[in-house]
Amino acid sequence: MAQGSRRMVSGLGRIACAIAALLLCAVAMGHAAAATKAAAATKAATTTKAAATTKAAATTNAAAATKAPNDKDCLSCHNLKANAKLQARPVSVYVNAETFQPSVHSTLGCVSCHSDIHAFPHPDPVKPVSCAGCHPNQTSAYAGSVHAIAKRGTKQRFPACLDCHGNPHGMRAKTDPKSRVYPLNLPRTCGTCHGNAEIAKKYGFPDVYALYMDSIHGFALTSDGLLVAATCASCHGAHDILSRKDPKSRTFPGNVPATCGTCHAGVQVAYLAGAHGKAMIAGRANAPVCTNCHTSHQITQVGVVNWQLKTVATCGNCHKARLQSYRDTFHGQVTELGFVATARCWSCHGSHEVLKASDPKSKVAPANLPATCGKCHQGVTASFVSYEPHPNPHDRRQNPALYYAALFMNLLLLGVFFFFGLHTALWLARSLTVGKRGKDNGVSGEQ
Amino acid sequence: MNSNDSDRYYFRFSLGQRYLHGLVIVTFLGLAATGMTLRFSERGWARWLAETTGGFTAVLSLHKFCAVLLSAGFLYHIGDILFRAIIKKDRGLFFGPNSMTPQPKDAEDLFKMLRWFLWMGPQPEFDHFAYWEKFDYWAVFWGMAIIGATGYMMWFGPFFARFVPGYVLNIALLIHGEEALLAVWFIFIVHFFNSHLRPEKFPLDPVIFTGRVSSKEYQHERPLDYSRLSESGTLEMLRSDPPPRWLKNFSRLIAVIAVGIGFFLLALTWIAFWSG
Repeated sequence: MAQGSRRMVSGLGRIACAIAALLLCAVAMGHAAAATKAAAATKAATTTKAAATTKAAATTNAAAATKAPNDKDCLSCHNLKANAKLQARPVSVYVNAETFQPSVHSTLGCVSCHSDIHAFPHPDPVKPVSCAGCHPNQTSAYAGSVHAIAKRGTKQRFPACLDCHGNPHGMRAKTDPKSRVYPLNLPRTCGTCHGNAEIAKKYGFPDVYALYMDSIHGFALTSDGLLVAATCASCHGAHDILSRKDPKSRTFPGNVPATCGTCHAGVQVAYLAGAHGKAMIAGRANAPVCTNCHTSHQITQVGVVNWQLKTVATCGNCHKARLQSYRDTFHGQVTELGFVATARCWSCHGSHEVLKASDPKSKVAPANLPATCGKCHQGVTASFVSYEPHPNPHDRRQNPALYYAALFMNLLLLGVFFFFGLHTALWLARSLTVGKRGKDNGVSGEQ
Repeated sequence: MNSNDSDRYYFRFSLGQRYLHGLVIVTFLGLAATGMTLRFSERGWARWLAETTGGFTAVLSLHKFCAVLLSAGFLYHIGDILFRAIIKKDRGLFFGPNSMTPQPKDAEDLFKMLRWFLWMGPQPEFDHFAYWEKFDYWAVFWGMAIIGATGYMMWFGPFFARFVPGYVLNIALLIHGEEALLAVWFIFIVHFFNSHLRPEKFPLDPVIFTGRVSSKEYQHERPLDYSRLSESGTLEMLRSDPPPRWLKNFSRLIAVIAVGIGFFLLALTWIAFWSG
């Protein structure tokens, strides 16, 4: 209520001041009857011509000293870039009327935000503006965020409202393509700090901007301007960004599937039904979530060869023995060579709905193996699928035939090379000692 | 200039045998290079080789191409043996001085040779094939049979799995790879040394390329064979012209290339194997 009435007062005040300024201006020109000249004076008062406005403002002082100033009053000083007195201040107080006009705040008067100003000219200093007056939800969300917490702890200048949203006098709505927080612009805004190696190092957070920009999300954003592409805020939130270590954070491992599932709903369902998802729900600390395989920022299109090759090792981070035994197969060898024309982990196990072989729905359940192997191999029979895709020649129980074959081959190699190694070495030593004599006798064969 | 130029020469290997050896050189090197690329696929050089060759598909196609050529050579050789045994009724093929079959004399020669290595006695007198040459032959024979069979099993996996369980393919790959490593190292170390690089022969014994051996060399290296052939009069039927200069140069070229590639592959696989 108080605010509303003050606004009304200031509105009336503005009108009164405008009339007063016109009249006084006319008087000052000396000829009230000269209608054409009065019109010219009106024009002078409403434009930013320095001499006229300064003079007008100065003459208004006496009349308006006790009333809150209107926007024109404010701009009479604050719109002057060349004002030496203002320039000398540590913080710019310059307001560009041209950029303010189309801004989201342009419908508000100056004193709506600078509410401690009641006089013109106003006493110095004035209080910093609080955004909370109009944006209470956002500011309270921000107050609990990692940005605000860091700010409190270190007394450093961490991002507050304006660092992301930009100059309040030129601020645009987030749906406006010129806004710093418009989806297509947001990564660059966050990248001011999170893409600056020095700042990242100084405050100990990862330098992720470049990684994101190279990702499939970043590519969709920059290449095609897809507004549905995930930007920083899609995963981290906007005002209430929390550390990924905070269980309430959208990027806390347990919450990641839900966060990604906001867009990738089908994948989320499949993931939650699989062994990884079940382990995550059960609260297993090492249960992989989306980011363990896909990474957080450098998310690659799954068709990319390099990603497919790299991700085999990613599975191997947990499934070490399985990766090792996979590498001993033809599938693994071809993959190691850098080619994807062969089976990799997910070709057989599935990617999101990974199920244990004991689950009848699993792609690697005995009953489903012919179909799974048959995706690549033609003419697959029930006998064929007894092939062991993860053979371990050192494990006698897994496959005795393989174990003994390996043992035999090792002994064969050892035996042959031991015997012929010795044979060759002895022969060489003996031949070197008689080599000369043999040649002299003309029996060395080759001259 | 060359004391052997005025010497008499005899054919020791027929043109067919020399072509067969040539075929084995080319296909074996091809199989080794492409196969070891797969076996040590985690190595940087393997990736480089695969990419340079034109990708994994190209590597595997080359491997299969060489395999088919070598198989054809192998079958030709089997056919030749059968022809000589059945049609020509060559009884010396399976036993006797000209046979590849290991015989008591070979064990004797080996024992004498070991004594000679240790300055404990004279070098044995060899017949048509020395024991290490027989071992070379059987190593390649067994190698082609085993590596070939396991290779075709994997090539036509689902087909073979109709007759044997699928896990036999696991064993096939294991044997294929281990036996191949045995073959590659054996050829590039033992065969190269025994037949070509040992001081008496260095840098190569061209007889398998030229087919011709001088009477002095023949007499010295295979005295039993030489005297028996002389006595029976067969030797003069084997009389040849001296090896032409182009053939000698060609032999050297082939040897340098084969040994170069062989040692290069030997170094790569040796380092890869022992560095785990």
